[in-house]
Amino acid sequence: MQALVVAAHGSHLNPNASDPTYAHADTVRETGAFDEVREAFWKEEPHFRDVIRTLESESVFVVPLFISEGYFTEQVIPRELRLEEWDPEQWDSDGTTASQVTLEAEDVDKTIHYCGPVGTHDAMTDVIVQRAENVTDDPDVGEGVGLAVVGHGTERNENSAKAVEYHADRIREQGRFDAVEALFMDEEPEVDDVTDYFETDDIVVVPLFIADGYHTQEDIPEDMGLTEDYRLGWDVPAAVDGHRVWYAGAVGTEDLMADVVLERAADAGADIGGALESDTGRRADT
Amino acid sequence: MTIPAAVFDSLIATLEAESPIAFDGLRIDCDGETYRLETPERERTGLDEDDLEAALESVVDYVTNWHYWQEAVGGTGTARRAFLRWCERAPRAAEMDTDETSATSDDPLEVPARYDALREGVDREWGQLCLTTRLVDDTDAADSAGERVYDLWHVDDADTDLADLEVYDDPRDARELSTNDDDGRYRPLKTAPTLVSGWAFTGLSGSELVETIGFFYPATIANWHRELQGTLDVDHWLETAERQTGIYDVIDELPREAVEWLTEACCVDSQCLRRREWQYEDGDEIAVDGGDGQFPCREPCSLVVAAARKWTVLESEDERTYELELTPSELHQLEELIDAVADGRTDEIREADVYDGANRYRARYLRAKRFDDDGTLEARERHDD
Repeated sequence: MQALVVAAHGSHLNPNASDPTYAHADTVRETGAFDEVREAFWKEEPHFRDVIRTLESESVFVVPLFISEGYFTEQVIPRELRLEEWDPEQWDSDGTTASQVTLEAEDVDKTIHYCGPVGTHDAMTDVIVQRAENVTDDPDVGEGVGLAVVGHGTERNENSAKAVEYHADRIREQGRFDAVEALFMDEEPEVDDVTDYFETDDIVVVPLFIADGYHTQEDIPEDMGLTEDYRLGWDVPAAVDGHRVWYAGAVGTEDLMADVVLERAADAGADIGGALESDTGRRADT
Repeated sequence: MTIPAAVFDSLIATLEAESPIAFDGLRIDCDGETYRLETPERERTGLDEDDLEAALESVVDYVTNWHYWQEAVGGTGTARRAFLRWCERAPRAAEMDTDETSATSDDPLEVPARYDALREGVDREWGQLCLTTRLVDDTDAADSAGERVYDLWHVDDADTDLADLEVYDDPRDARELSTNDDDGRYRPLKTAPTLVSGWAFTGLSGSELVETIGFFYPATIANWHRELQGTLDVDHWLETAERQTGIYDVIDELPREAVEWLTEACCVDSQCLRRREWQYEDGDEIAVDGGDGQFPCREPCSLVVAAARKWTVLESEDERTYELELTPSELHQLEELIDAVADGRTDEIREADVYDGANRYRARYLRAKRFDDDGTLEARERHDD
């Protein structure tokens, strides 16, 4: 038997923080690729500390629903899961290339495949593009359009910016959009000045965040000038400095994210059969 | 009553692979072509296969019981199986040896009494959940021989007609039901005694029941099972506090006596249905009662850790002495206000009940009288030197 654990932050204050976690876990459940699927949280229950013992499977794939390699993926989750012999060096990552490490946990007799975060997986690039397609309601969006991928920045760790730049570079190489920029909340180039970075009339803005919350629903819309006050909402697209800004909201809420979770587990050796949504030709929004 | 052919075939196949079958009072030995059948009530020896099939008809409950646990439940040694056995008050250790009954199992039922009870429905409580195990009526169908189904609702709804409850059958619906309390406030602690009522899950399979409880009260079954086996791995306060990093790194500095206040604030039965098993550290017990919950709490939860961070910061301040003017009744009113908030009863205080010190008008009056223009209590710090 094999199990999947989707490891996310959760919240003591905001009941919606875990919505994307549940949604993607449910999508994976419905594929039937795993005998057991669990959500696990730092701030909700089941806690990372207790989740593995709720499983009967001997092989467990843990996929962190986090954007970048950093404090949570390198310290908190492995410690709370009691992963023996864990060392971030085992990922042998330059900040965006962690794939998986096979370990044992102190409190259970199981094999734990500890995966890199969803946010740095190559498949995440496709989710960002999909997000742009959905917010513009245009499956061919790209020509004559600029794309801004927005991240938190370096406040807590440098890998956060690396992940944003990594996907921006990959989308730029596709040549699909007229321009692609990585912008940040707390470092240059800043999302506040989004229109300065694009010559196109249309700019799609996709925040590389797991869940919608304070940053994606309050800070960024106000900083970009989409609205005076987030409580009043904003138009999509919104007129800003003569541009039309299509603001997508957190990429982590995109249905296709479940595929990234599955790909992470598959890269770590999980048998997922034909569970990938993108393989079956079904699209997330149909 | 006849034994369904599929059940008999599976029984013979099991005996061929591994004799004897010894389960919940049923024992069948196979010696070549000859069988021996034994239950607490009767014993038959020297049976051929046809004799066995006929003889089993007199012990059909034992046979379908074996079939249910063997085929439908499986999972020997798992928390799921142990929990489902607890649900119907099956003897705990009887699976390995018919002579063995567990001293720790509460009032276990042997098969005849258990089947009588299961036809009526066996009720159990798990936190604020009421679970009922019952036999499926359709005993003619081979695949439902001995099959149990499980119903689940709020203990407050135990006497409510099913027609008055919202009925669910997907375990995942429990997530939505457990998100907010009756006042629509988010419940970050799943085991808080604030689960809403008015719903029911009916006709769940054993696996679905366990999954549903996993959404209402995550990991409680796994830790209960560990405790039952004597392998609950308790992490005491100090171990948990010292493990923390980042913004929670400071909580191991919380004074010893403050951990008493913390557990009295957060971990008693009125706040959480888990039974606190963790102490300050091994050999240093916390005096506050850990509670009477059905399932154990094995380490300080994330809410306690987050609150402890705030208290660690607050407890780092030195005490000072203040002077302020209050009448005796006003001093008493402050106590009433703190009690009302701490007991979560501010919503219950009636609008015009000015006899209650925590009444809104009473509090507004006290504020108008005793707060200065800056909105703070008029108190002077006293310096004795």
